[in-house]
Amino acid sequence: MLDISLQALAAQVFTGLVMGGILVLMAIGLSLIFGLMTVVNFAHGSFYMLGAYVAFSLMGLTKSFWATLVLAPLVVGALGLLVERLLIRRLYGRSPDDPLLLTFGLSLAMVEGAKLVWGKIGLTVDPPKQLAAAVDLGFMNFPVYRLFVIAVTAAVLLALWLFLEKTNVGLIIRAGSRDALMVRALGLDLNRIWLLVFGIGIGMAGLAGVLAGPMRGVYAEMGVEIIIECFVVVVVGGMGSLAGAIVAGLLMGEIVSLTTFFAPKLAEIVVFVVMAVVLLIRPSGLFGEAGLAE
Amino acid sequence: MIRGAFRRLTAWVAAHPVASFIVFFAVFPFLAPYQSLATQVLIFGLFALGFNLLYGYTGLLSFGHAAYYGLGAYGTGIALAKLKVASLWVGLGIGLGTAVVGGAVVGFFCLRRRGIYFAMLTLAFAQMLYFIAFHAADLTGGDDGLRGIPLHPIGLPGGSLSLRDPLAFYFFAYVLVVLAVAGLKRILDSPFGAVLQAIRENSDRAVACGYDINRVKLLSFVFSALFAGLAGGLDALRLTVVPVDSLYWSTSGQVVIMTLLGGAGTFFGPFVGAATYLMLADRLSIFIEAWPLVIGVIFMAFVLFLPRGIWGTLTAGLHGR
Repeated sequence: MLDISLQALAAQVFTGLVMGGILVLMAIGLSLIFGLMTVVNFAHGSFYMLGAYVAFSLMGLTKSFWATLVLAPLVVGALGLLVERLLIRRLYGRSPDDPLLLTFGLSLAMVEGAKLVWGKIGLTVDPPKQLAAAVDLGFMNFPVYRLFVIAVTAAVLLALWLFLEKTNVGLIIRAGSRDALMVRALGLDLNRIWLLVFGIGIGMAGLAGVLAGPMRGVYAEMGVEIIIECFVVVVVGGMGSLAGAIVAGLLMGEIVSLTTFFAPKLAEIVVFVVMAVVLLIRPSGLFGEAGLAE
Repeated sequence: MIRGAFRRLTAWVAAHPVASFIVFFAVFPFLAPYQSLATQVLIFGLFALGFNLLYGYTGLLSFGHAAYYGLGAYGTGIALAKLKVASLWVGLGIGLGTAVVGGAVVGFFCLRRRGIYFAMLTLAFAQMLYFIAFHAADLTGGDDGLRGIPLHPIGLPGGSLSLRDPLAFYFFAYVLVVLAVAGLKRILDSPFGAVLQAIRENSDRAVACGYDINRVKLLSFVFSALFAGLAGGLDALRLTVVPVDSLYWSTSGQVVIMTLLGGAGTFFGPFVGAATYLMLADRLSIFIEAWPLVIGVIFMAFVLFLPRGIWGTLTAGLHGR
């Protein structure tokens, strides 16, 4: 009896890691975009939703999960570039509330747009056949697809870290989020950097959507649900801090997953309680710098 | 000629906002396409008025005002339907009290962060209340909503009045909303109101002037919750049901859209915006099912090109909005 529940608990911890990984992919993009441009992208969740839907359609077209895994984030990222160019760019220099309001409107339009295109009823997506089985980890059985999601998340985070730390463009991005005026004074074109960062962030949201689809199903409201969780993650982790987004994202994934195990009714509420506690003890977030973009 | 007359009219309205409000909304139910729309405009205008006090006048963007609207609605509804309170006034009072206490607690937490975090926190706490209401089905009816709110006749000096007639209900709401509008005017004209607007314009300077801006912000938050809660309580009576969606983020979004369409930081903007939104939704939903798509696009156009909103643009250049 005890063995079984310990196994179930271990499975739940792994599931928390998977869900946390999805949150990290989302929150890092949100945080990156905010750090550089002080734009809070409310539509970030809607691009996640779009990623899941686009993957559903591409899977039908290409019949290949692997092609979809690469193509869908690119499609979503390209749409993100368009949004930055056509809409958000007009608001630089205005109050940071304005991009938030604009992307809220966009998110509303995207949710309804998705219902028009893909229908009101949620869709289910199967994981690829190669990953559909469960693997015996010695102490428990765990779906291979979820291990795959953990691996992809880790790989993307590693690539992002290398990009930011080891390349010249990454250096400019980091410098730009510290002091945009100084970077401009040095003669660098920040507009193109902004576009790039927006594309990367949105592409990561799209990827998170592709990965989440087979686990959580695909429905129009999934984006707004996750954006609220992401806001909690960045408040707890500290906006603009990549380490904060990772730690807080995984923490939130674990908390939700374990609460689901012990007290399912409280699972949706407990993240907000944690947020309130962090606000009381450390208002700037676990890794946040007080006063950053406030 | 027409332009001059319009300017004189808007100038008079700007100089006598409460009187203008009383006159216009006394005849409004007879101008509106149908009466229940007029009642909705009053109630959602009041909700937006509360949001506008916080965003338009104090500069704090709340993305979670559904919380206080919902608390007002559930407070009133639970008092009348579950606690069997016999008086409508007491029921509304309990709803208002719930919204004010909720506003004070959530406001305390949210005001620990400034700027953009504030918006995220208000949204998060509102969503928490939604989940609580969703799961506490014994008290709130959960997903089915709180049903069976009795619409008692209201006790007035010299008898009682049934609210079952839609026009009677309209004027019941009208009296309360007029009081709220006069209350808002009083707040804005007071030294406290001046500090609110000082915080919006430059909060650092307000601190330098010696104001305890956190206290002022919290008070503004609580007043804002009070107006939103009254709107929620009235809506619970209008519908005799509290749907769980009244706490959902989409309700918070609605009030943001209404206020910005009408004009944030303007006195009549919230009511102009509520009327525009509700009539748009009413007309659009006949033609297309995905009408929120159109509203979303219109809203984006307003943020980009008409940030002052309808009323703010019409009265631009007039002194004293």
